[in-house]
Amino acid sequence: MSDPMEFLLWVKGPMFELALTIFGIGLAARIVEIFLLGRKPNYAKPRRGELAPGFRTLISRTVADPGTFARAPFDVVVGLVWHLGFLIALLLFIPHIELINSLLGLAWPGLPNPLVDAVTAVTILSLIAVLIHRITHPVKKYISTFEDYLIWVATFLPLITGYLAYHRLINPYPLILGLHILCVEIFLILLPFTKLTHIFTAFIARWYTGATFGRKGVVS
Amino acid sequence: MAAESTLIERLREQGISRRGFLKFCAAAASMMALPPTMVPAIAAALEKARRPSVIWLSFQECTGCTESLTRSFSPTVENLILNIISLDYHHTLQAAAGEAAEQARKQAMKENFGKYLIVVDGSLPGPDSNPGYSTSAGQSNLSLLEETLEGAAAVVAIGNCAAFGGLPKASPNPTGAVAVQDVVKDKPLINIPGCPPVPMVITGVLVQYLTFGKLPKLDEYRRPMAFFGQAIHDRCYRRPFYDKGLFAESFDDEGARKGWCLYRLGCKGPMTYNACATMHWNGGTSWPIGAGHPCLGCSEPDFWDAGGFYKAVSVPTGDTRETLLGAGIAGAVAGGAAAALARKKAKDGRAARVPVEIEELEQKL
Repeated sequence: MSDPMEFLLWVKGPMFELALTIFGIGLAARIVEIFLLGRKPNYAKPRRGELAPGFRTLISRTVADPGTFARAPFDVVVGLVWHLGFLIALLLFIPHIELINSLLGLAWPGLPNPLVDAVTAVTILSLIAVLIHRITHPVKKYISTFEDYLIWVATFLPLITGYLAYHRLINPYPLILGLHILCVEIFLILLPFTKLTHIFTAFIARWYTGATFGRKGVVS
Repeated sequence: MAAESTLIERLREQGISRRGFLKFCAAAASMMALPPTMVPAIAAALEKARRPSVIWLSFQECTGCTESLTRSFSPTVENLILNIISLDYHHTLQAAAGEAAEQARKQAMKENFGKYLIVVDGSLPGPDSNPGYSTSAGQSNLSLLEETLEGAAAVVAIGNCAAFGGLPKASPNPTGAVAVQDVVKDKPLINIPGCPPVPMVITGVLVQYLTFGKLPKLDEYRRPMAFFGQAIHDRCYRRPFYDKGLFAESFDDEGARKGWCLYRLGCKGPMTYNACATMHWNGGTSWPIGAGHPCLGCSEPDFWDAGGFYKAVSVPTGDTRETLLGAGIAGAVAGGAAAALARKKAKDGRAARVPVEIEELEQKL
Protein backbone atom coordinates (compact mmCIF):
# COMPACT_ATOMS: atom_id res chain seq x y z
CA MET A 1 0.00 0.00 0.00
CA SER A 2 2.92 2.31 0.56
CA ASP A 3 3.96 1.78 -3.08
CA PRO A 4 3.23 5.35 -4.35
CA MET A 5 5.58 6.71 -1.70
CA GLU A 6 8.27 4.18 -2.63
CA PHE A 7 7.80 5.23 -6.27
CA LEU A 8 8.18 8.90 -5.31
CA LEU A 9 11.34 8.21 -3.32
CA TRP A 10 12.72 6.22 -6.25
CA VAL A 11 12.14 9.02 -8.76
CA LYS A 12 13.51 11.59 -6.29
CA GLY A 13 16.54 9.43 -5.55
CA PRO A 14 18.19 6.84 -7.82
CA MET A 15 16.13 7.61 -10.93
CA PHE A 16 16.88 11.33 -10.67
CA GLU A 17 20.61 10.56 -10.34
CA LEU A 18 20.43 8.35 -13.44
CA ALA A 19 18.56 10.94 -15.48
CA LEU A 20 20.94 13.67 -14.36
CA THR A 21 23.95 11.54 -15.28
CA ILE A 22 22.66 10.83 -18.79
CA PHE A 23 21.68 14.48 -19.22
CA GLY A 24 25.01 15.77 -17.91
CA ILE A 25 27.17 13.47 -20.00
CA GLY A 26 25.07 13.92 -23.15
CA LEU A 27 24.74 17.68 -23.00
CA ALA A 28 28.36 18.41 -22.00
CA ALA A 29 29.61 16.06 -24.74
CA ARG A 30 27.53 17.76 -27.40
CA ILE A 31 28.27 21.36 -26.38
CA VAL A 32 32.01 20.75 -25.90
CA GLU A 33 32.21 18.98 -29.24
CA ILE A 34 30.41 21.85 -30.97
CA PHE A 35 32.80 24.43 -29.51
CA LEU A 36 35.96 22.38 -30.03
CA LEU A 37 35.15 21.65 -33.66
CA GLY A 38 34.56 25.36 -34.11
CA ARG A 39 34.18 26.74 -37.59
CA LYS A 40 36.25 26.66 -40.69
CA PRO A 41 38.97 29.30 -40.58
CA ASN A 42 37.89 32.28 -42.68
CA TYR A 43 40.87 33.97 -44.24
CA ALA A 44 38.93 36.87 -45.78
CA LYS A 45 39.48 40.27 -44.21
CA PRO A 46 36.52 40.94 -41.83
CA ARG A 47 34.48 43.99 -42.75
CA ARG A 48 33.21 44.54 -39.20
CA GLY A 49 33.47 43.01 -35.75
CA GLU A 50 31.66 39.80 -34.77
CA LEU A 51 30.71 40.37 -31.14
CA ALA A 52 28.09 43.13 -31.35
CA PRO A 53 26.31 41.81 -34.48
CA GLY A 54 26.26 38.38 -32.80
CA PHE A 55 24.35 39.71 -29.81
CA ARG A 56 22.13 41.90 -32.00
CA THR A 57 21.03 38.80 -33.91
CA LEU A 58 20.18 37.07 -30.63
CA ILE A 59 17.39 39.63 -30.36
CA SER A 60 16.49 40.15 -34.02
CA ARG A 61 16.07 36.41 -34.61
CA THR A 62 14.05 35.98 -31.44
CA VAL A 63 11.53 38.71 -32.30
CA ALA A 64 9.80 37.73 -35.52
CA ASP A 65 10.06 40.25 -38.34
CA PRO A 66 6.81 41.65 -39.81
CA GLY A 67 7.06 39.46 -42.92
CA THR A 68 7.22 36.26 -40.87
CA PHE A 69 4.36 37.43 -38.70
CA ALA A 70 2.20 38.19 -41.74
CA ARG A 71 2.88 34.74 -43.20
CA ALA A 72 2.48 32.69 -40.03
CA PRO A 73 0.83 34.68 -37.22
CA PHE A 74 -0.27 31.51 -35.39
CA ASP A 75 3.26 30.09 -35.21
CA VAL A 76 4.71 33.39 -34.03
CA VAL A 77 2.13 34.20 -31.36
CA VAL A 78 1.35 30.73 -29.99
CA GLY A 79 4.99 29.67 -30.31
CA LEU A 80 6.13 32.64 -28.28
CA VAL A 81 3.33 32.23 -25.71
CA TRP A 82 4.03 28.61 -24.91
CA HIS A 83 7.82 29.01 -24.92
CA LEU A 84 7.57 31.90 -22.45
CA GLY A 85 4.94 30.05 -20.41
CA PHE A 86 7.14 26.97 -20.24
CA LEU A 87 10.10 29.04 -19.05
CA ILE A 88 7.98 30.83 -16.44
CA ALA A 89 6.57 27.56 -15.08
CA LEU A 90 10.03 25.99 -15.09
CA LEU A 91 12.10 28.83 -13.68
CA LEU A 92 9.77 30.96 -11.57
CA PHE A 93 7.76 28.34 -9.64
CA ILE A 94 9.12 28.35 -6.10
CA PRO A 95 9.58 24.56 -5.63
CA HIS A 96 11.51 24.49 -8.93
CA ILE A 97 13.78 27.30 -7.74
CA GLU A 98 14.47 25.26 -4.59
CA LEU A 99 15.45 22.28 -6.75
CA ILE A 100 17.76 24.38 -8.95
CA ASN A 101 19.27 25.94 -5.83
CA SER A 102 20.06 22.51 -4.42
CA LEU A 103 21.64 21.50 -7.74
CA LEU A 104 23.54 24.62 -8.80
CA GLY A 105 23.56 26.82 -5.72
CA LEU A 106 21.73 29.54 -7.68
CA ALA A 107 18.46 31.05 -6.54
CA TRP A 108 16.22 33.92 -7.57
CA PRO A 109 12.81 35.26 -6.52
CA GLY A 110 9.80 33.31 -7.78
CA LEU A 111 6.36 34.40 -8.91
CA PRO A 112 3.18 34.03 -6.81
CA ASN A 113 1.69 30.56 -7.32
CA PRO A 114 -1.70 31.65 -8.70
CA LEU A 115 0.17 33.50 -11.46
CA VAL A 116 2.37 30.49 -12.32
CA ASP A 117 -0.78 28.36 -12.25
CA ALA A 118 -2.55 30.60 -14.77
CA VAL A 119 0.52 30.73 -17.01
CA THR A 120 0.77 26.91 -16.89
CA ALA A 121 -2.88 26.56 -17.93
CA VAL A 122 -2.31 28.89 -20.90
CA THR A 123 0.87 26.98 -21.82
CA ILE A 124 -0.94 23.64 -21.77
CA LEU A 125 -3.72 24.97 -23.98
CA SER A 126 -1.17 26.54 -26.36
CA LEU A 127 0.70 23.26 -26.66
CA ILE A 128 -2.54 21.45 -27.51
CA ALA A 129 -3.28 24.13 -30.14
CA VAL A 130 0.22 23.70 -31.53
CA LEU A 131 -0.29 19.95 -31.89
CA ILE A 132 -3.67 20.37 -33.57
CA HIS A 133 -2.13 22.89 -35.96
CA ARG A 134 0.69 20.48 -36.72
CA ILE A 135 -1.61 17.60 -37.63
CA THR A 136 -4.12 19.69 -39.57
CA HIS A 137 -1.76 21.96 -41.52
CA PRO A 138 -0.83 19.96 -44.66
CA VAL A 139 2.74 21.28 -44.98
CA LYS A 140 3.51 20.96 -41.29
CA LYS A 141 2.05 17.48 -41.23
CA TYR A 142 4.16 16.48 -44.22
CA ILE A 143 7.45 17.68 -42.75
CA SER A 144 6.79 16.35 -39.22
CA THR A 145 8.81 13.34 -38.15
CA PHE A 146 8.44 10.87 -35.31
CA GLU A 147 10.91 12.94 -33.32
CA ASP A 148 8.71 16.03 -33.56
CA TYR A 149 5.80 14.18 -31.97
CA LEU A 150 8.11 12.54 -29.42
CA ILE A 151 9.41 15.87 -28.15
CA TRP A 152 5.90 17.32 -28.10
CA VAL A 153 4.90 14.50 -25.74
CA ALA A 154 8.09 14.92 -23.70
CA THR A 155 7.34 18.64 -23.31
CA PHE A 156 3.62 18.26 -22.66
CA LEU A 157 3.83 15.54 -19.99
CA PRO A 158 5.82 17.50 -17.37
CA LEU A 159 3.38 20.41 -17.75
CA ILE A 160 0.18 18.40 -17.48
CA THR A 161 1.43 16.20 -14.62
CA GLY A 162 2.72 19.29 -12.81
CA TYR A 163 -0.67 20.93 -13.19
CA LEU A 164 -2.47 17.81 -11.94
CA ALA A 165 -0.09 17.55 -8.97
CA TYR A 166 -0.44 21.22 -8.04
CA HIS A 167 -4.22 20.94 -8.03
CA ARG A 168 -4.15 17.50 -6.35
CA LEU A 169 -6.38 16.05 -9.04
CA ILE A 170 -4.93 12.54 -8.76
CA ASN A 171 -4.65 10.64 -5.50
CA PRO A 172 -2.61 9.71 -3.63
CA TYR A 173 -0.46 12.79 -3.97
CA PRO A 174 2.94 10.97 -3.97
CA LEU A 175 1.80 9.11 -7.12
CA ILE A 176 1.13 12.22 -9.21
CA LEU A 177 4.15 14.08 -7.83
CA GLY A 178 6.27 11.03 -8.65
CA LEU A 179 4.81 10.86 -12.17
CA HIS A 180 5.58 14.56 -12.66
CA ILE A 181 9.20 14.05 -11.62
CA LEU A 182 9.48 10.92 -13.80
CA CYS A 183 8.19 12.86 -16.83
CA VAL A 184 10.79 15.55 -16.20
CA GLU A 185 13.46 12.84 -15.99
CA ILE A 186 12.36 11.48 -19.38
CA PHE A 187 12.60 15.05 -20.71
CA LEU A 188 16.12 15.37 -19.27
CA ILE A 189 17.23 12.05 -20.75
CA LEU A 190 15.86 12.91 -24.21
CA LEU A 191 17.18 16.47 -24.16
CA PRO A 192 20.78 15.98 -25.30
CA PHE A 193 19.86 13.51 -28.06
CA THR A 194 16.89 15.19 -29.73
CA LYS A 195 15.82 18.58 -31.02
CA LEU A 196 15.33 19.54 -27.38
CA THR A 197 19.06 20.35 -27.35
CA HIS A 198 18.02 23.67 -28.91
CA ILE A 199 17.27 24.85 -25.36
CA PHE A 200 21.03 25.18 -25.01
CA THR A 201 22.21 25.54 -28.60
CA ALA A 202 19.62 27.89 -30.14
CA PHE A 203 21.19 31.05 -28.78
CA ILE A 204 24.73 29.85 -29.51
CA ALA A 205 23.68 29.22 -33.12
CA ARG A 206 21.98 32.63 -33.30
CA TRP A 207 25.13 34.31 -32.05
CA TYR A 208 27.21 32.48 -34.67
CA THR A 209 24.81 33.57 -37.40
CA GLY A 210 25.02 37.19 -36.29
CA ALA A 211 28.80 36.99 -36.03
CA THR A 212 28.97 35.73 -39.61
CA PHE A 213 26.72 38.60 -40.72
CA GLY A 214 29.01 41.00 -38.89
CA ARG A 215 32.12 39.65 -40.59
CA LYS A 216 30.48 39.99 -43.95
CA GLY A 217 29.21 43.46 -43.15
CA VAL A 218 25.53 42.68 -43.74
CA VAL A 219 22.54 43.55 -41.55
CA SER A 220 22.48 41.41 -38.41
CA MET B 1 -15.76 -4.31 31.94
CA ALA B 2 -19.52 -4.42 32.16
CA ALA B 3 -20.89 -3.61 28.74
CA GLU B 4 -24.52 -3.26 29.83
CA SER B 5 -24.80 0.45 30.73
CA THR B 6 -25.13 2.89 27.85
CA LEU B 7 -22.74 5.66 27.09
CA ILE B 8 -25.04 8.45 28.26
CA GLU B 9 -25.59 6.71 31.58
CA ARG B 10 -21.87 6.43 32.11
CA LEU B 11 -21.39 10.07 31.15
CA ARG B 12 -24.03 11.19 33.67
CA GLU B 13 -22.31 9.11 36.33
CA GLN B 14 -19.13 11.02 35.55
CA GLY B 15 -20.87 14.37 35.83
CA ILE B 16 -21.04 15.27 32.13
CA SER B 17 -24.13 17.39 31.47
CA ARG B 18 -26.41 16.84 28.50
CA ARG B 19 -25.35 20.28 27.27
CA GLY B 20 -21.68 19.23 27.36
CA PHE B 21 -22.55 15.98 25.62
CA LEU B 22 -24.46 17.76 22.83
CA LYS B 23 -21.58 20.22 22.40
CA PHE B 24 -19.30 17.25 21.89
CA CYS B 25 -21.74 15.74 19.37
CA ALA B 26 -21.80 19.06 17.46
CA ALA B 27 -18.00 19.18 17.45
CA ALA B 28 -17.87 15.59 16.25
CA ALA B 29 -20.33 16.38 13.45
CA SER B 30 -18.28 19.34 12.30
CA MET B 31 -15.05 17.32 12.48
CA MET B 32 -16.57 14.66 10.28
CA ALA B 33 -17.85 17.34 7.89
CA LEU B 34 -21.45 16.32 8.55
CA PRO B 35 -24.34 18.82 8.40
CA PRO B 36 -25.67 20.21 11.73
CA THR B 37 -28.86 18.25 11.17
CA MET B 38 -26.84 15.13 11.95
CA VAL B 39 -26.10 16.26 15.53
CA PRO B 40 -29.29 14.75 17.03
CA ALA B 41 -28.60 11.51 15.14
CA ILE B 42 -25.10 11.33 16.59
CA ALA B 43 -26.42 12.09 20.07
CA ALA B 44 -29.13 9.45 19.73
CA ALA B 45 -26.70 6.84 18.47
CA LEU B 46 -24.18 7.58 21.21
CA GLU B 47 -26.84 7.57 23.91
CA LYS B 48 -27.92 4.14 22.90
CA ALA B 49 -24.44 2.81 22.23
CA ARG B 50 -23.33 -0.11 24.32
CA ARG B 51 -19.72 0.03 25.29
CA PRO B 52 -17.90 -1.76 22.54
CA SER B 53 -15.09 -4.01 23.63
CA VAL B 54 -11.72 -2.75 22.46
CA ILE B 55 -8.57 -4.84 22.47
CA TRP B 56 -5.53 -2.61 22.14
CA LEU B 57 -2.43 -4.41 20.87
CA SER B 58 0.93 -2.71 21.35
CA PHE B 59 3.68 -4.01 19.11
CA GLN B 60 6.90 -2.30 18.00
CA GLU B 61 5.94 1.14 19.30
CA CYS B 62 7.03 3.84 21.72
CA THR B 63 3.69 4.34 23.53
CA GLY B 64 3.63 7.87 22.10
CA CYS B 65 0.23 7.22 20.54
CA THR B 66 -1.19 6.21 23.91
CA GLU B 67 0.48 9.22 25.51
CA SER B 68 -1.13 11.45 22.91
CA LEU B 69 -4.53 9.95 23.51
CA THR B 70 -4.58 9.75 27.28
CA ARG B 71 -2.55 12.67 28.54
CA SER B 72 -2.92 15.66 26.29
CA PHE B 73 -6.68 15.75 26.42
CA SER B 74 -7.38 14.86 29.99
CA PRO B 75 -9.87 15.61 31.38
CA THR B 76 -12.02 16.54 28.40
CA VAL B 77 -15.19 14.84 27.31
CA GLU B 78 -13.32 13.20 24.45
CA ASN B 79 -11.08 11.42 26.89
CA LEU B 80 -14.07 10.22 28.88
CA ILE B 81 -15.68 8.87 25.75
CA LEU B 82 -12.65 6.75 25.30
CA ASN B 83 -12.65 5.68 28.94
CA ILE B 84 -16.19 4.67 28.41
CA ILE B 85 -15.54 2.20 25.68
CA SER B 86 -14.68 -1.08 27.26
CA LEU B 87 -10.93 -1.10 26.92
CA ASP B 88 -10.40 -4.70 27.82
CA TYR B 89 -6.72 -5.10 27.02
CA HIS B 90 -4.04 -2.44 26.88
CA HIS B 91 -0.48 -3.07 28.10
CA THR B 92 0.05 0.43 29.42
CA LEU B 93 -3.37 1.25 30.81
CA GLN B 94 -4.67 -2.00 32.21
CA ALA B 95 -4.26 -2.81 35.89
CA ALA B 96 -3.87 -6.51 35.33
CA ALA B 97 -0.48 -7.98 34.49
CA GLY B 98 0.97 -11.27 33.32
CA GLU B 99 -1.40 -14.22 33.05
CA ALA B 100 -4.34 -12.14 34.29
CA ALA B 101 -3.86 -9.63 31.49
CA GLU B 102 -3.81 -12.30 28.82
CA GLN B 103 -6.82 -13.89 30.47
CA ALA B 104 -8.69 -10.57 30.19
CA ARG B 105 -7.98 -10.46 26.46
CA LYS B 106 -9.14 -14.03 25.91
CA GLN B 107 -12.28 -13.45 27.94
CA ALA B 108 -13.14 -10.27 26.01
CA MET B 109 -12.58 -12.12 22.74
CA LYS B 110 -14.85 -14.94 23.80
CA GLU B 111 -17.65 -12.74 25.17
CA ASN B 112 -17.65 -10.30 22.23
CA PHE B 113 -16.75 -12.68 19.43
CA GLY B 114 -17.40 -11.02 16.08
CA LYS B 115 -18.07 -7.63 17.68
CA TYR B 116 -14.92 -6.31 19.30
CA LEU B 117 -12.61 -3.71 17.85
CA ILE B 118 -8.86 -4.22 17.63
CA VAL B 119 -6.70 -1.14 17.97
CA VAL B 120 -3.06 -1.66 17.06
CA ASP B 121 -0.21 0.67 17.70
CA GLY B 122 3.24 -0.26 16.48
CA SER B 123 4.49 -2.27 13.55
CA LEU B 124 5.25 -5.96 13.78
CA PRO B 125 8.07 -8.20 12.53
CA GLY B 126 6.83 -9.62 9.23
CA PRO B 127 6.17 -13.29 8.46
CA ASP B 128 9.69 -13.69 7.02
CA SER B 129 11.61 -12.19 9.91
CA ASN B 130 12.63 -13.49 13.32
CA PRO B 131 9.45 -13.48 15.47
CA GLY B 132 11.62 -13.01 18.55
CA TYR B 133 12.20 -9.35 17.77
CA SER B 134 8.95 -8.46 19.49
CA THR B 135 6.85 -10.66 21.74
CA SER B 136 4.44 -10.35 24.62
CA ALA B 137 3.73 -13.18 27.04
CA GLY B 138 6.06 -15.28 24.92
CA GLN B 139 3.86 -14.89 21.86
CA SER B 140 5.08 -13.19 18.71
CA ASN B 141 3.27 -10.05 17.55
CA LEU B 142 2.22 -11.73 14.32
CA SER B 143 0.69 -14.75 16.03
CA LEU B 144 -1.04 -12.53 18.63
CA LEU B 145 -2.57 -10.37 15.91
CA GLU B 146 -3.69 -13.33 13.83
CA GLU B 147 -5.24 -14.99 16.88
CA THR B 148 -7.07 -11.81 17.93
CA LEU B 149 -8.19 -11.03 14.38
CA GLU B 150 -10.41 -14.05 14.17
CA GLY B 151 -13.38 -12.61 16.07
CA ALA B 152 -12.77 -8.93 15.39
CA ALA B 153 -15.38 -6.67 13.79
CA ALA B 154 -12.76 -4.22 12.55
CA VAL B 155 -9.18 -3.14 13.05
CA VAL B 156 -7.94 0.37 13.70
CA ALA B 157 -4.21 0.92 13.09
CA ILE B 158 -3.14 3.89 15.19
CA GLY B 159 0.06 5.76 14.52
CA ASN B 160 2.46 5.70 11.60
CA CYS B 161 4.12 2.44 12.76
CA ALA B 162 0.86 0.49 12.73
CA ALA B 163 -0.46 2.17 9.59
CA PHE B 164 2.70 2.21 7.45
CA GLY B 165 5.54 0.58 9.40
CA GLY B 166 6.88 3.86 10.76
CA LEU B 167 10.23 4.10 12.50
CA PRO B 168 10.85 0.32 12.84
CA LYS B 169 10.39 -0.05 9.06
CA ALA B 170 12.73 2.88 8.27
CA SER B 171 15.85 1.93 6.37
CA PRO B 172 17.52 -0.50 6.99
CA ASN B 173 14.48 -2.06 8.73
CA PRO B 174 16.46 -4.40 11.00
CA THR B 175 13.42 -6.28 12.32
CA GLY B 176 11.75 -6.77 8.93
CA ALA B 177 8.86 -4.65 10.22
CA VAL B 178 5.57 -4.56 8.32
CA ALA B 179 2.41 -2.49 8.75
CA VAL B 180 -0.87 -3.88 10.05
CA GLN B 181 -2.39 -3.59 6.56
CA ASP B 182 0.27 -6.01 5.29
CA VAL B 183 -1.19 -8.68 7.61
CA VAL B 184 -4.91 -7.80 7.85
CA LYS B 185 -6.47 -8.71 4.52
CA ASP B 186 -10.02 -9.88 5.24
CA LYS B 187 -11.23 -7.50 7.98
CA PRO B 188 -12.33 -3.88 7.74
CA LEU B 189 -9.28 -1.71 8.48
CA ILE B 190 -8.86 1.98 9.26
CA ASN B 191 -5.47 3.65 9.37
CA ILE B 192 -5.07 6.63 11.68
CA PRO B 193 -1.44 7.55 10.98
CA GLY B 194 0.57 10.24 12.70
CA CYS B 195 3.53 10.25 15.01
CA PRO B 196 1.43 10.40 17.10
CA PRO B 197 -2.05 10.98 15.60
CA VAL B 198 -4.13 13.95 16.75
CA PRO B 199 -6.09 12.64 19.80
CA MET B 200 -9.37 14.09 18.54
CA VAL B 201 -8.93 12.12 15.34
CA ILE B 202 -8.70 8.85 17.27
CA THR B 203 -11.81 9.65 19.33
CA GLY B 204 -13.56 11.11 16.27
CA VAL B 205 -13.14 7.91 14.30
CA LEU B 206 -14.42 5.82 17.20
CA VAL B 207 -17.46 8.12 17.57
CA GLN B 208 -18.18 7.82 13.89
CA TYR B 209 -17.99 4.04 14.15
CA LEU B 210 -20.33 4.04 17.18
CA THR B 211 -22.78 6.39 15.44
CA PHE B 212 -23.10 4.72 12.08
CA GLY B 213 -21.98 1.22 12.92
CA LYS B 214 -19.76 1.18 9.85
CA LEU B 215 -16.38 2.40 8.76
CA PRO B 216 -16.00 6.01 7.67
CA LYS B 217 -15.15 6.97 4.09
CA LEU B 218 -11.48 6.20 3.55
CA ASP B 219 -8.81 7.50 1.16
CA GLU B 220 -6.28 5.44 -0.84
CA TYR B 221 -4.25 4.83 2.30
CA ARG B 222 -7.36 3.74 4.23
CA ARG B 223 -7.30 6.98 6.23
CA PRO B 224 -10.66 8.57 7.20
CA MET B 225 -11.38 11.29 4.63
CA ALA B 226 -12.97 13.50 7.29
CA PHE B 227 -9.59 13.99 8.93
CA PHE B 228 -7.09 13.15 6.20
CA GLY B 229 -8.96 14.58 3.23
CA GLN B 230 -6.92 17.76 2.91
CA ALA B 231 -3.24 18.56 2.78
CA ILE B 232 -1.69 20.50 5.65
CA HIS B 233 -0.44 22.96 3.01
CA ASP B 234 -3.95 23.72 1.76
CA ARG B 235 -5.23 24.54 5.24
CA CYS B 236 -2.08 26.15 6.64
CA TYR B 237 -2.43 29.67 8.03
CA ARG B 238 1.03 30.42 6.56
CA ARG B 239 -0.15 29.50 3.04
CA PRO B 240 -0.61 33.13 1.89
CA PHE B 241 3.12 33.64 2.48
CA TYR B 242 3.91 30.62 0.29
CA ASP B 243 1.73 31.99 -2.48
CA LYS B 244 3.39 35.38 -2.21
CA GLY B 245 6.88 33.86 -2.13
CA LEU B 246 7.74 34.98 1.40
CA PHE B 247 9.86 32.37 3.19
CA ALA B 248 11.80 31.87 6.38
CA GLU B 249 15.33 30.99 5.28
CA SER B 250 16.56 29.98 8.72
CA PHE B 251 14.99 29.44 12.13
CA ASP B 252 15.97 32.84 13.45
CA ASP B 253 15.79 35.22 10.51
CA GLU B 254 13.30 37.98 9.90
CA GLY B 255 10.99 35.65 7.95
CA ALA B 256 10.88 33.17 10.83
CA ARG B 257 10.02 35.97 13.27
CA LYS B 258 7.31 37.27 10.97
CA GLY B 259 5.78 33.81 10.65
CA TRP B 260 6.47 33.33 6.94
CA CYS B 261 6.21 30.02 5.11
CA LEU B 262 8.55 27.20 6.21
CA TYR B 263 8.75 25.49 2.77
CA ARG B 264 12.47 26.22 2.35
CA LEU B 265 13.21 24.86 5.82
CA GLY B 266 11.85 21.49 4.71
CA CYS B 267 8.13 21.70 5.52
CA LYS B 268 6.37 18.57 4.23
CA GLY B 269 2.95 20.24 4.45
CA PRO B 270 2.42 20.11 0.67
CA MET B 271 2.49 16.29 0.65
CA THR B 272 1.03 15.58 4.08
CA TYR B 273 -2.62 14.84 4.67
CA ASN B 274 -3.66 15.36 8.27
CA ALA B 275 -5.94 17.44 10.49
CA CYS B 276 -3.24 19.33 12.47
CA ALA B 277 -3.76 22.61 10.61
CA THR B 278 -7.44 22.75 11.53
CA MET B 279 -7.71 20.86 14.83
CA HIS B 280 -4.35 21.74 16.40
CA TRP B 281 -2.84 19.97 19.40
CA ASN B 282 -3.11 20.15 23.19
CA GLY B 283 -6.76 21.05 23.18
CA GLY B 284 -6.42 23.39 20.23
CA THR B 285 -3.48 25.33 21.70
CA SER B 286 -1.02 25.12 18.83
CA TRP B 287 0.63 22.80 16.34
CA PRO B 288 4.14 22.26 14.94
CA ILE B 289 3.93 24.85 12.16
CA GLY B 290 2.28 27.27 14.58
CA ALA B 291 5.30 26.79 16.84
CA GLY B 292 7.65 27.64 13.95
CA HIS B 293 8.78 24.15 12.97
CA PRO B 294 8.25 22.59 9.53
CA CYS B 295 5.80 19.70 9.22
CA LEU B 296 7.67 16.37 9.19
CA GLY B 297 4.96 14.58 7.22
CA CYS B 298 4.36 12.04 10.02
CA SER B 299 1.01 10.85 8.66
CA GLU B 300 2.54 9.74 5.35
CA PRO B 301 4.21 6.40 4.50
CA ASP B 302 8.00 6.18 4.83
CA PHE B 303 8.32 9.71 6.21
CA TRP B 304 11.55 8.81 8.00
CA ASP B 305 13.21 7.96 4.71
CA ALA B 306 11.78 10.81 2.63
CA GLY B 307 15.09 12.60 2.17
CA GLY B 308 15.59 14.68 5.31
CA PHE B 309 13.32 16.71 7.55
CA TYR B 310 15.03 20.01 6.69
CA LYS B 311 15.22 19.62 2.90
CA ALA B 312 12.46 21.22 0.81
CA VAL B 313 9.90 18.81 -0.66
CA SER B 314 11.10 19.44 -4.22
CA VAL B 315 14.78 18.77 -3.47
CA PRO B 316 16.05 15.37 -4.66
CA THR B 317 17.18 12.94 -1.99
CA GLY B 318 20.64 12.10 -3.37
CA ASP B 319 23.92 13.96 -3.78
CA THR B 320 22.78 15.48 -7.05
CA ARG B 321 25.26 18.33 -7.23
CA GLU B 322 28.18 15.90 -7.32
CA THR B 323 26.37 13.68 -9.82
CA LEU B 324 25.79 16.59 -12.18
CA LEU B 325 29.38 17.83 -11.83
CA GLY B 326 30.78 14.33 -12.42
CA ALA B 327 28.51 13.76 -15.40
CA GLY B 328 29.42 17.17 -16.83
CA ILE B 329 33.13 16.45 -16.57
CA ALA B 330 32.74 12.97 -18.07
CA GLY B 331 30.63 14.44 -20.87
CA ALA B 332 33.15 17.20 -21.56
CA VAL B 333 35.93 14.61 -21.83
CA ALA B 334 33.80 12.50 -24.16
CA GLY B 335 32.92 15.56 -26.24
CA GLY B 336 36.59 16.58 -26.37
CA ALA B 337 37.58 13.08 -27.46
CA ALA B 338 34.88 13.04 -30.15
CA ALA B 339 36.03 16.43 -31.44
CA ALA B 340 39.69 15.36 -31.43
CA LEU B 341 38.75 12.18 -33.30
CA ALA B 342 36.79 14.14 -35.88
CA ARG B 343 39.66 16.59 -36.35
CA LYS B 344 42.16 13.75 -36.69
CA LYS B 345 39.96 12.07 -39.27
CA ALA B 346 39.76 15.29 -41.25
CA LYS B 347 43.52 15.85 -40.93
CA ASP B 348 44.34 12.28 -41.98
CA GLY B 349 41.94 12.70 -44.87
CA ARG B 350 43.75 15.83 -45.98
CA ALA B 351 47.18 14.17 -45.59
CA ALA B 352 46.13 11.11 -47.52
CA ARG B 353 44.52 13.14 -50.27
CA VAL B 354 45.87 12.22 -53.71
CA PRO B 355 45.08 14.88 -56.31
CA VAL B 356 43.52 13.46 -59.41
CA GLU B 357 44.44 14.94 -62.74
CA ILE B 358 41.90 15.27 -65.52
CA GLU B 359 44.13 13.16 -67.77
CA GLU B 360 44.01 10.28 -65.29
CA LEU B 361 40.26 10.38 -65.16
CA GLU B 362 39.96 10.49 -68.91
CA GLN B 363 42.27 7.47 -69.18
CA LYS B 364 39.99 5.56 -66.79
CA LEU B 365 36.96 6.24 -68.96
